[in-house]
Amino acid sequence: MAKVIVVTSGKGGVGKTTSAAALSAGLALRGFKTAVIDFDVGLRNLDLIMGCERRVVYDFINVINGDAKLHQALIKDKRLENLFVLPTSQTRDKDALTQDGVERVIGELREEFDYIICDSPAGIERGAFLAMYFADEAIVVSNPEVSSVRDADRMIGLLTSKSRRAEQGEPIIQNLLLTRYDVERVEKGEMLKVEDVQDILAVPLLGIIPECPSVLQASNVGTPVILDEKSLAGRAYAEAVGRLLGDDVPVTVPRGSKRGLIDRLLRRTA
Amino acid sequence: MSVLGIFSRRPKKTAEAARERLQILLAHERAGLSGADFLPQLQRELIEVIRKYVSVDEDRVQVKLEREQHLSVLEVNIELPTPSERNN
Ligand SMILES: Nc1ncnc2c1ncn2[C@@H]1O[C@H](COP(=O)(O)OP(=O)(O)OP(=O)(O)O)[C@@H](O)[C@H]1O
Ligand SMILES: [Mg+2]
Repeated sequence: MAKVIVVTSGKGGVGKTTSAAALSAGLALRGFKTAVIDFDVGLRNLDLIMGCERRVVYDFINVINGDAKLHQALIKDKRLENLFVLPTSQTRDKDALTQDGVERVIGELREEFDYIICDSPAGIERGAFLAMYFADEAIVVSNPEVSSVRDADRMIGLLTSKSRRAEQGEPIIQNLLLTRYDVERVEKGEMLKVEDVQDILAVPLLGIIPECPSVLQASNVGTPVILDEKSLAGRAYAEAVGRLLGDDVPVTVPRGSKRGLIDRLLRRTA
Repeated sequence: MSVLGIFSRRPKKTAEAARERLQILLAHERAGLSGADFLPQLQRELIEVIRKYVSVDEDRVQVKLEREQHLSVLEVNIELPTPSERNN
């Protein structure tokens, strides 16, 4: 049975697209046929993070409007056999997303894919609403920072009351992904601890992704960071994918290695 | 530029890749050649022309695009019916 998972947050810039790219690549690596959809109409970014920006022909909106077939708009990843990207439109705005259209496309994807990952735009309006409405599960992305946690709480409220599953009395499964976690600053008491965030949001923890320079490197070259197996962030995402699939791996706070030290030195001199 | 120079080489390389990718992408986007706008129309008209001669199934049309710095390749793949299908 296909599963639709939305990656959402409320607040902007917390790491939704980075996470959607990494998780979908991770699911494909584990052998599941996976499609990742960009819901951020007008601010297309997923194609860049996935490294397929030069191959976009048709997009999500073309498919919704009937200008292209779904299979024409899906871009097959060049590295992973099981991975497909559905880019969004760069020129239209979010009003181009219709509820019927989104439902039809997701319905069609469900027939062919094991996992459908929806990369939500920031905010709680139309784009973010439609990204989460048809989902079976939600991954709420937050940073250990006050406004991000507050917005995550707001989003959890919406998921709990306004998703289709909620309307049908069948709750949407929710998980928290804490990203850009900086152990040093947490230990210095400058940033919220994972326990604090978890206490406040009371949603099961899928993983902790450290603040990691490899994320920028990966976006420079258009490779989901999970494919950088040596990086701390890549490893943390791989574990999160495992948990999503039911692996019994306890969540640990990712700590820097020697490489981390070099990265830190670099950051200081940069 | 001491020991750190060695390590900073890696970041520089990926930044270079980022610059090139953005140059190609933005050149196309600024020129309004993002594709999504005229490609559906182009595809429809192409199919109309071909339909004058043979029947085509719209599900058997694949359009691929590869943008490069100095040229882009648009590949339209239209599968024609086999003789047996044509007899039906
Ligand atoms: N673990 C991390 N370590 C370091 N930088 C990160 C990490 N996660 C994300 N970033 C950086 O944070 C920025 C925002 O990430 P991203 O685009 O994934 O967020 P987003 O939630 O999708 O944003 P938006 O709300 O605009 O869609 C990017 O520059 C990205 O490289
Ligand atoms: Mg994003």
